[in-house]
Amino acid sequence: MSAVVAEHDDHHEHDHGPAKGLLRWVITTNHKDIGTLYLLFALAMFFVGGTMAMIIRAELFEPGMQFVNPQFFNSMTTMHALVMVFGAVMPAFVGLANWMIPMMIGAPDMALPRMNNMSFWLLVAGVLLLASTLFMEGGAPAGGWTLYPPLVLQTGKALPFAIFSVHLLGISSIMGAINIIATIFNMRAPGMTLMKMPMFVWTWLITAFLLIAIMPVFAGAVTMLLTDKFFHTSFFDAAGGGDPVLYQHIFWFFGHPEVYVMILPTFGVASTIIPVFARKPLFGYSSMVYATAAIAFLSFIVWAHHMFTVGMPIAGELYFMYATMLIAIPTGVKVFNWTATMWKGAMTFETPMLFSIAFVVLFTMGGFTGLMMSVAPSDFQYHDTYFIVAHFHYTLVPASVFILMAAGYFWLPKWTGHMYDERIGQLHFWLSVVSVNILFFPQHFLGLAGMPRRIPDYAVQFADWNMISSIGGFIFGASQLLFLYIVIDTIKGGTGEKVTDEVWEDAAKHSLEWTLPSPPPYHTFTTPPTVIPTEHI
Amino acid sequence: MSTSNEYYIPHKATWPVVGTGGLVMMLAGFANYLNGSSAGTAWMALGLAVFIVMLAGWFTLQAGESESGMYSTQVGISYRMGMMWFIFSEIMFFAVFFGTLWYTRNLSVPWLGGEGTGAATKELLWPSFEAVWPTNGPGKVGGEFEPMGAWGLPFLNTLILLTSGVSCTWAHHGLLAKNRDQLIKGLAATVGLGLLFVALQASEYHEAYTEMGLTLGSGIYGSTFFMLTGFHGFHVCVGAIILSVVLFRSWKGHFQPENHFAFEAAAWYWHFVDVVWLGLFVFVYVI
Ligand code: HEM
Ligand SMILES: [Cu+2]
Repeated sequence: MSAVVAEHDDHHEHDHGPAKGLLRWVITTNHKDIGTLYLLFALAMFFVGGTMAMIIRAELFEPGMQFVNPQFFNSMTTMHALVMVFGAVMPAFVGLANWMIPMMIGAPDMALPRMNNMSFWLLVAGVLLLASTLFMEGGAPAGGWTLYPPLVLQTGKALPFAIFSVHLLGISSIMGAINIIATIFNMRAPGMTLMKMPMFVWTWLITAFLLIAIMPVFAGAVTMLLTDKFFHTSFFDAAGGGDPVLYQHIFWFFGHPEVYVMILPTFGVASTIIPVFARKPLFGYSSMVYATAAIAFLSFIVWAHHMFTVGMPIAGELYFMYATMLIAIPTGVKVFNWTATMWKGAMTFETPMLFSIAFVVLFTMGGFTGLMMSVAPSDFQYHDTYFIVAHFHYTLVPASVFILMAAGYFWLPKWTGHMYDERIGQLHFWLSVVSVNILFFPQHFLGLAGMPRRIPDYAVQFADWNMISSIGGFIFGASQLLFLYIVIDTIKGGTGEKVTDEVWEDAAKHSLEWTLPSPPPYHTFTTPPTVIPTEHI
Repeated sequence: MSTSNEYYIPHKATWPVVGTGGLVMMLAGFANYLNGSSAGTAWMALGLAVFIVMLAGWFTLQAGESESGMYSTQVGISYRMGMMWFIFSEIMFFAVFFGTLWYTRNLSVPWLGGEGTGAATKELLWPSFEAVWPTNGPGKVGGEFEPMGAWGLPFLNTLILLTSGVSCTWAHHGLLAKNRDQLIKGLAATVGLGLLFVALQASEYHEAYTEMGLTLGSGIYGSTFFMLTGFHGFHVCVGAIILSVVLFRSWKGHFQPENHFAFEAAAWYWHFVDVVWLGLFVFVYVI
């Protein structure tokens, strides 16, 4: 028996470090390596998707057609959304989950390390397949990221590639989510009970459940698109007894929880950062957990608020209207809890905290416009206008994206052992927070005045606000180069200041990762921690 | 043998990238094939070959690790959780097609027939359309067809799958009682019944296409019928392959009463496929 153990240990000894050279990144099973891969890939895609957004805003700078043809313009809106959702925001959160969850719950790694590697490479494959459609005969998909039939069936050679890309991204997300659930349920250190877990871990647990439930639904929907186009089925064709509206139901059964996949981990990071800089425990920890679960549950029963104008029976309109309004309750609980956490706290305003506070304020605005649109009769006016564009960009850019950047500033010192340059960080924040509002706030006015979304040209009465919005967009886009600079600079050494294990004052009282060295060794918690921090509760 | 608080973390995994490569070749090849490119099928075949090599390699690796006792109880729990949630994702995938069947039968076809808010649709577009199930829609897409009955082959297939569920459980009892003979016989019977099911399903399809005019293109009835039974049949094939691997390993002497994750996973999967069939039999064939 003991001989076996010894042999086993030897084997570990020479196997433990990372592989040499670039191959390390291809065959790695280490959660920190894979987390880094996800984060860097997401950052790259953020700039790819951002470039597309710049093309959109350049075309809309003035009425009339200036730079691109309408077909390409529509490809840009479609691809911008797909790249940002599936290539940037979701992978960035999976990257954070990979890096942080094992360290936060005191586990040596993710539960299923080989599958972890595969889910990353499937993501890359899926995004590459999607990107390749840009160069195909007939152009990239241009019918909107929702891929509604019958319009999307007019796509050229790109259609099957886009569909298979969705399949690959789906498999990747499901694998990632299964891994996260198994890690959280099975790998927690002794004493790390569920109700002691950091909020980020909780929100990811629930998000992972959402992902496993919805990604197969999206896969099923696009599979029916494929067979309708190539194998003579009639799922979305009324002549054969099908219904194009059915696609919309299935898509939004996926799509609405999908937007919560992007916002719940955002909530988790905000709930992690705000207490540290307010130097107080999170206000109402358990109510935060229950609110997250409630939002996730509700997200499955509200999908048709995206379809108020397609001609649903009146009972459906009413049901989906009231159900949607309910979401505001748990969401409100969260906003009040973040505010109460800061109340009378000994606050300091380092860059992560600045981004987090901006998140609380600006996400609330996005939530309020959501509430406006949940009123079915009012939504007849808002639907498919720039008002919608303003709504979801407020919930995604100054919310999810801001929190991702906050997370970058918050944990980069832990990951790299180097401090970022606080002055440039603050500059990045102020440029971003001002320009994001110049970019998106006027889109509310445009929408209310009737400007439709997804059009390359518009009536002259929309000219002024579009120009202002574009200017905001260019400033916002350019400001993000500062973030890129900071990330690279910090990896290469940052300010040169040696960071402590804790990095932020008393952070180790909140969560386990701050008890580890900065940067943490390749393998952490090979023996479980003995003390579980509880300040965050 | 590792102790339960030492979690096995594998290093340097090569199979995942190989599998990803195979999958991409297969799908990109398929997409090219659909677009009418001649190179498509070759790429599909190559991708499939790579994928199969990956499965064989990865499974062999895992089986070897398992037999040499590298997996603690905790690792076993991770694998079981992984399998359970994977099956949950499969349930959601089938739910889409069951939901589609429900929606078209109860909502979209009646609307086309003038029910609810569909009165104008009927009057203006298809005044002569009567909403009855089965249907290939107001456009009579795919032409005349005969719907599939429930009490011939499909009923026989139901009995076959149910029996295979029993033989699978019988094999499990054999494994737990260290009765290797019963384990192997039970598994062989399960695989055999699975293959018989697939063969009968194939003959049913053949009859549908050649004699009943029922094809994937027969409007919404043909679409839902072949999509649901087709994906199910595909899952039966996958399940039978997994069970064959388990059978092979049992024959090689693998698995112990306290260590047989692969067997359990295969059995769960098989029961899942079984239950889906019961749903199919009721909602696609009988009702
Ligand atoms: C307070 C909670 C929220 C409510 C009540 C709400 C409500 C709505 C409604 C009714 C629509 C459909 C509007 C229309 O098309 O006419 C909509 C669209 C949208 N919402 Fe929200 N929303 C909320 C939060 C969020 C969050 C947190 C996100 C993302 C993180 C989000 C992302 C989106 C997106 C992406 C769309 C547009 C999808 C499209 O048509 O392309 N929403 N929302
Ligand atoms: Cu929604």
